[in-house]
Amino acid sequence: MSASTLRIALVGNPNCGKTALFNQLTGGRQKVANYAGVTVERKEGRFTAPSGRVLQILDLPGTYSFEANSPDEQITRDVCAGNYPGEAAPDLIICVADATNLRLHLRFVLEVKRLGRPVVLALNMMDTARQRGIVIDVPELQRRLGLPVVETIAVRRGGAKALIERVDGEVPTAAPAQPDDAASRADLHAQVREILTATVTMPRTTAALDDALDRWALHPVFGLLILAVVMFLVFQAVYAAGKPMSDLIGGGFGWLGEHVAALMPAGPLQSLVTNGLFGGIGTVLGFLPVILVLFLFILTLEESGYLPRAAFLLDRLMLSVGLTGRSFIPLLSSFACAIPGIMGTRSIQDPRDRLATILIAPLMTCSARLPVYALLIGAFIPIRYVFGVFNLQGIVLFSLYLAGILGAMAVGWVMKHIRRDKSEHALLMELPSYRMPKLRDVAIGLYERGAIFLKRLTGVILGLTVLMWFISTFPSPPAGATGPAINYSFAGYLGRGLQYIFAPIGFNWQISLALIPAFAARETAVAALATVYLVGGEASGGLSHALAGQISLASALSLLVWFAYAPQCMSTLAVIRRETNSWRNVAISFGYMFGMAYAASFIVYQVTRMLT
Amino acid sequence: MRLSELPKGAPAVVDRVHDAHAADPIAQRLRDLGFVEGEPVRVVAIGPMGGDPVLIQIGYTRFALRRAEAARVSVRSEAAA
Ligand SMILES: Nc1nc2c(ncn2[C@@H]2O[C@H](COP(=O)(O)OP(=O)(O)O)[C@@H](O)[C@H]2O)c(=O)[nH]1
Ligand SMILES: [Mg+2]
Repeated sequence: MSASTLRIALVGNPNCGKTALFNQLTGGRQKVANYAGVTVERKEGRFTAPSGRVLQILDLPGTYSFEANSPDEQITRDVCAGNYPGEAAPDLIICVADATNLRLHLRFVLEVKRLGRPVVLALNMMDTARQRGIVIDVPELQRRLGLPVVETIAVRRGGAKALIERVDGEVPTAAPAQPDDAASRADLHAQVREILTATVTMPRTTAALDDALDRWALHPVFGLLILAVVMFLVFQAVYAAGKPMSDLIGGGFGWLGEHVAALMPAGPLQSLVTNGLFGGIGTVLGFLPVILVLFLFILTLEESGYLPRAAFLLDRLMLSVGLTGRSFIPLLSSFACAIPGIMGTRSIQDPRDRLATILIAPLMTCSARLPVYALLIGAFIPIRYVFGVFNLQGIVLFSLYLAGILGAMAVGWVMKHIRRDKSEHALLMELPSYRMPKLRDVAIGLYERGAIFLKRLTGVILGLTVLMWFISTFPSPPAGATGPAINYSFAGYLGRGLQYIFAPIGFNWQISLALIPAFAARETAVAALATVYLVGGEASGGLSHALAGQISLASALSLLVWFAYAPQCMSTLAVIRRETNSWRNVAISFGYMFGMAYAASFIVYQVTRMLT
Repeated sequence: MRLSELPKGAPAVVDRVHDAHAADPIAQRLRDLGFVEGEPVRVVAIGPMGGDPVLIQIGYTRFALRRAEAARVSVRSEAAA
């Protein structure tokens, strides 16, 4: 079997549709998005061709040239050249080129050809090319390049049929390998120009739609205004659409819990089911709609091609706080979760800019913080309308996001001034064409995020919730004890111990205790609080009711601010370690966030206490 | 004239890319992206803060360049070419 396996690598410039093609070929569900630097690791998939041969396909990060200077471009070069550790050189390279952008992409095709390996050229985005009236003389292109050329439409069902047939056939013979030196590199451009004149006719060099939209989207005044409105609407929508659905789910689970409890004998097991499972998990599950609404917006923005525009508008601002416009996209992903955000920084070629971005990415408000925010805001902030349209709760949520961003800017600014390397670092960013987001891609993305959320819920969060229930229930109070039973449990002792550290910022022992599972997964704080209060018998009217009665506004605000800045989830720290290969960076990021969170919470707590 | 000084919308042609220092990686990347002799270029948009970065149309592609990057590219106006 392995003798007939054909190993294929997909290469090409960033954003030419390699991943879309990979998904088309393998039925895979890798993330596609309309900007450079989405695929930052090699991904592998396989499928069986009509002839029965197994094709093993590698999706590689996009690269403009083999003179690679970013980590993901290096991977691509090493794999193609057969220098990647543990990876034999591919039997065939599929070089993907955007048919609407051949002047740039053909140069890389020529570079790939010079590796001296069998190459097939996939002319992708033929649908857009035809729409724009671009005519390509494929037989002539094939003759001049000396490579088989196949047209593809990676986003259309069956759009890669011709490619599959070609790949399944005879492996094309390789052109002789050629040396790579400065003189021959300069020569490539001349060759591209010659080939283009002979094979491609274009009615106009740009898409009319791009010109029209960019006139507004990149306008010095309207552009910024549009960006602000887009961002603000996203957060209002999260509240307007997500919250009612969340309440419905939370309520449903409470009701279900009561009915299940009625069927069980009273005792610790009943309390585990009602308090731990239905109370805790139900509360977290209720946030699924909120998270899905947030992702719906992020995915749509990613697909549309708007994000690099936002990066363009904000580059100067980011530069002033020691980052780059390129940091914008990983930072925006960090609003969903810091982990993909930090991994996404691989598309920042510059190691210094990349490290700066990694260190501040966890300050972006990730979706795991939403349940905590939503719970506290729901309990402490009244529903009131400002200017008749903006919900006060939505405004507080927006402010928390803003607090994260401003905090990140402050940290970036400080880092910029204390680091030694002050040399120039480049932007050099391609702006893609606008594209209508594809319903299918967005749906797949939402499904994936929902599945990840549910997996965490049934794995880590469920485990921690049961553990929290256990330590809040046992040991039972000694005979003759007077206080609530939970005061004598492990949780009671642990929480009171922690309170020494957290009392100055207004956390009672229940909250201090909930910070422990929150370090594993932030959402768990909600479930943990629910468990502690429910087991303690103080939450008859629901968790948010109990909280409102048990803690002061000052403590609640302090906790909100704590969650905005605190170093919290372990997985984030683990990813920082993996991506930077240094414990030192982990220590730095943990240390500075702890200090910052503690200081900010302290101020908020003390000031609110004075005012109320 | 340098690309950084080119007014918005004015058509021009690339002369060459200058190394800001020996073995300048930014200059090399610019050449790889197609900033080579004879390529038509145009400034499409200018950043909102301090006119930085600038958006350059070269061939069928748009690149955002900071002013310091654009200053490495010398251009001549199309009329003179
Ligand atoms: N219209 C059209 N869009 C495409 C085609 N192939 C890819 N795209 C879109 O191009 C963008 C980049 O695709 P992706 O696969 O992430 O590119 P990669 O960076 O090369 O992996 C996405 O928005 C895709 O939906 C195609 O053949 N036609
Ligand atoms: Mg990709």
